Amino acid sequence: MSREGLINLALGLGLLAFPLWAEWAEEPFMITLSTRVAILALAGVGLNLSLGLGGLVSLGHAAFFGIGGYAMGILASHAQSYTPIFEWPLVIEGTKAMPVIWLVAIAAAGLLALAIGALSLRTSGVYFIMITLAFGQMLFYFAVSWPAYGGEDGLSIYVRNAFPGLNTLVPLQFFLIAYALLMAVLGLAALITRSPFGLALDAARQVPVRVETVGIAPYRLRLIAFVISGMITGLAGALYADLNRFVSPAMFNWQTSGEIVILVILGGTARLFGPVAGAAFFVALEHLLGGVSDYWRIYLGLVLLAVVLFARGGIVGTLAGREAADG
Amino acid sequence: MSFSLFVEQLLNGLQLGVTLFLTASGLTLVFGVMGLINLAHGSLFMIGAYAAAAVAGATGSFLLASAASLAAAAAAGALIEMVVIRRLYSRDHLDQVLATFALILILSEGTRWIFGSFPLYLSIPDWLAGPVTLPGGIRYPLYRLTIILVGLVIAAGLFLLIARTRLGIRIRAGESDREIVAALGVNIAALYTIVFAIGAALAGLSGALVGAIQSVQVGMGEPVMILAFVVIVIGGIGSIRGALIGAILVGVTDTLGRAMLPDLFRLFMDNSAATSVGSALASMLIYVLMAAVLIVRPTGLYGARGA
Amino acid sequence: MKARSLLLAAGTAVLMAGAALAGPVKIGMITTLSGGGASLGVAIRDGFMLAIKQSGRTDVEVIVEDDQRKPDIAVQLADRMVQSDKVDILTGIVWSNLAMAVVPSVTAQGKFYISPNAGPSALAGKGCHKNYFNAAWQNDNLHEAAGAWANTAGFKNSFILAPNYPAGVDALNGYKRFYKGKIAGEVFTKLGQKDYAGEIAQIRASGADSVFFFLPGGMGIAFLKQYADSGVNLPLVGPAFSFDQDILQAVGDAALGVHNTSQWNKDLDNPANKAFVAAFVKEYGRLPSLYASQGYDTANLILSALDKADVKDADAFRAALEAADFASVRGKFRFGPNHHPIQDIYVREVVKEGDVYTNRLVGVALKDRGDAYAAECRM
Repeated sequence: MSREGLINLALGLGLLAFPLWAEWAEEPFMITLSTRVAILALAGVGLNLSLGLGGLVSLGHAAFFGIGGYAMGILASHAQSYTPIFEWPLVIEGTKAMPVIWLVAIAAAGLLALAIGALSLRTSGVYFIMITLAFGQMLFYFAVSWPAYGGEDGLSIYVRNAFPGLNTLVPLQFFLIAYALLMAVLGLAALITRSPFGLALDAARQVPVRVETVGIAPYRLRLIAFVISGMITGLAGALYADLNRFVSPAMFNWQTSGEIVILVILGGTARLFGPVAGAAFFVALEHLLGGVSDYWRIYLGLVLLAVVLFARGGIVGTLAGREAADG
Repeated sequence: MSFSLFVEQLLNGLQLGVTLFLTASGLTLVFGVMGLINLAHGSLFMIGAYAAAAVAGATGSFLLASAASLAAAAAAGALIEMVVIRRLYSRDHLDQVLATFALILILSEGTRWIFGSFPLYLSIPDWLAGPVTLPGGIRYPLYRLTIILVGLVIAAGLFLLIARTRLGIRIRAGESDREIVAALGVNIAALYTIVFAIGAALAGLSGALVGAIQSVQVGMGEPVMILAFVVIVIGGIGSIRGALIGAILVGVTDTLGRAMLPDLFRLFMDNSAATSVGSALASMLIYVLMAAVLIVRPTGLYGARGA
Repeated sequence: MKARSLLLAAGTAVLMAGAALAGPVKIGMITTLSGGGASLGVAIRDGFMLAIKQSGRTDVEVIVEDDQRKPDIAVQLADRMVQSDKVDILTGIVWSNLAMAVVPSVTAQGKFYISPNAGPSALAGKGCHKNYFNAAWQNDNLHEAAGAWANTAGFKNSFILAPNYPAGVDALNGYKRFYKGKIAGEVFTKLGQKDYAGEIAQIRASGADSVFFFLPGGMGIAFLKQYADSGVNLPLVGPAFSFDQDILQAVGDAALGVHNTSQWNKDLDNPANKAFVAAFVKEYGRLPSLYASQGYDTANLILSALDKADVKDADAFRAALEAADFASVRGKFRFGPNHHPIQDIYVREVVKEGDVYTNRLVGVALKDRGDAYAAECRM
């Protein structure tokens, strides 16, 4: 097993072991924090597909994160108040079943990513960064001023949604759901990376011309990658909303996009388990520094700066060496 | 809407656009020359405003305050360039985004640490206060006219700087081929520090000028930074002319959208629905404009290169 | 856990009769202490801690955490305080959207939440809860008072504006609930907007005789400065938020003479208020703000209930809170059926005392005002 493989194994087991320890030590909040890590990592895995593999720096993934959150919020709030979402042309009821909510979140995020991607991928480089940011901001202002689902106040869901056979209100059980999804999606991401599609995408990132000469349109490759990426981040958004039992336009904020980008870079761009390491590091920093002083964000900034200046390749990249950066 | 109100709103849009240009010009200069995405540009805007507020509070002079904003932001910019930014030129945009995001955290909270959590006082000097009457009977604040004038002077100054001066020649040369310029004996490191300091000074000055009619507080730079990015992306990154045109386009679109969209929707909706739908759309309008421009022209109106 | 635990030591603490002391009472305070909105959270915390300090109680532990003005962070802090710190009471949230995220979940878990500021309509009406108390106001209150005062001032044709978000919509509805004149124009601005040239031009063209505005924080500072410089001289009226002690200094002359509505002012003539203002100036070296007064009242409300009942006995403690048996800096204070205040709301005018901009009382806008949502509340 390569060094990166060992690190990945350690990260995967560590993320599982920590909440199990917390359960034993009766520290339920540590389980909640671990769940947050798993969900943010999931969002990061989604972004990593477009950013690491496709070279598409999106500063608008909050759009997908938020749409996933609102898919959960809208479905659950209608189920909570026993009012249908649509009565015409056919009656569509809300639901509290997690699997249904996930599917809706994934589909909604996928459609949104298809629309945003189809338009944004005409640009590249900084223009791509900024046009994705613009779409994110559009959705943010829309959500803030759209009164039907709470506007800036957001939507509270009083009881966490249900998963067959589990009690999702128990912190550890909800963590296990998030963890299982994260592992499944990591497996999927590994498959995509090694598939002919992934290899072509990687080649399109490095030498677009060469891909075109063998008859593959880089635009289509990138669009597919962007849509898959958006769907994964949308799923993470639905879970995050369930973790907090609350959705609000803050999920659409550009800072949310920024934070997802940050945890991917922190962990190591294009590294399979990079987002896991990045999310764990970011959440731990926020938790540990929060009590130091009112001005704790200065220290957060200094740590982030140190990582980007002195630990190139992020946490996984630094630990694993550079050998497998593109593998 | 009467014709004179429409003209006044156009003027307001122009004024907002010029204000945006002040902030965006430094950003586009830095990007054009060094290829650097500087998310912390808004923090330099804030530093300028705080320096101006501090000096105006101590001396009562608005001119001294403006000078202080230039000096403080330029000094902060030069320092940041030498300590951090310099290491980022060879990195990809991702690292630049993360590092300059970290700088926002440090500079914002550092400012709050020094000046406290409460907003500071900075106001228009007496000799620029109050409205004047324009031809056509429009009463318009003198200070806003001054901002338009200062913005246009700075735009002209930047054109001249780049087209006519030795520094401008080096900047243009550095944009196209930095190795050759370095081989010709130009100190690239010093050149970059100077350019970054100029960009920072422009941000700082606009912070002081804008701060006088808005609010001087921590976090004031972030919305401005996003708008400045919208402006330079619409205009084409690296182009001063593009930044000016883009800024005016954004300013006019935003102002007219806010003023007219709710009325437009009232034509076919009831009053309160039109107000809320129109306002919601107005707040998204500049992003719609930006997306539309990029879809038609993927490198902005005057953009030359794709990166 | 890294919470800043402020365990208060007082040498001569006397155990109050009736308060069963199984262990320290833990109060969790989630408020905004970093970023642009920090000034409000700092004021609430300072007012709150002053009251705790004055009480001299050693058995009250306050855990203060920064929510960064992010709803998700606030929810997670609330989870931590309930799950790990095992707090009995939560308080501190500044913003309505954060309150909406936190309050339903903590009250559902059987904890008490006492709001020192935000009072969204949803929590006053259908979403009210027996363990939720608001010690400040229902969000509409100050706007309603502005509408009532507009009638007294003889306004017949108001131009009204607020940001386009739920609190902004509530503000305009609150004003219209009491205001009897015509509306010259109604504008929703962009949240966070800082340039109001376009709106001021609309005001000038609308033929209005007065302007009502609700633009909290930096938005209000920007609007007031630009309005003063525009040459439009229509009278302004608004809620106290844009005329608060902590931001008035940043507005300066542009605010002078403007009337605003508030449930408190530093010159309210009652002993509790005089003592509070003097003690706050002595402790922190600045005049207290509206938010500080609310933090102070919130703490004294909690302390008064702790004197009467054990917090573990939820029914008794709730009854003690409902009695609101404390010396409020507002003078009269009692709770309505939905646990929101019934109180007088005053009109203030911005004046300059020496070098300091502040407010003086002008009159009462609404007497014994409750709120418009109490009838919808079923506890």
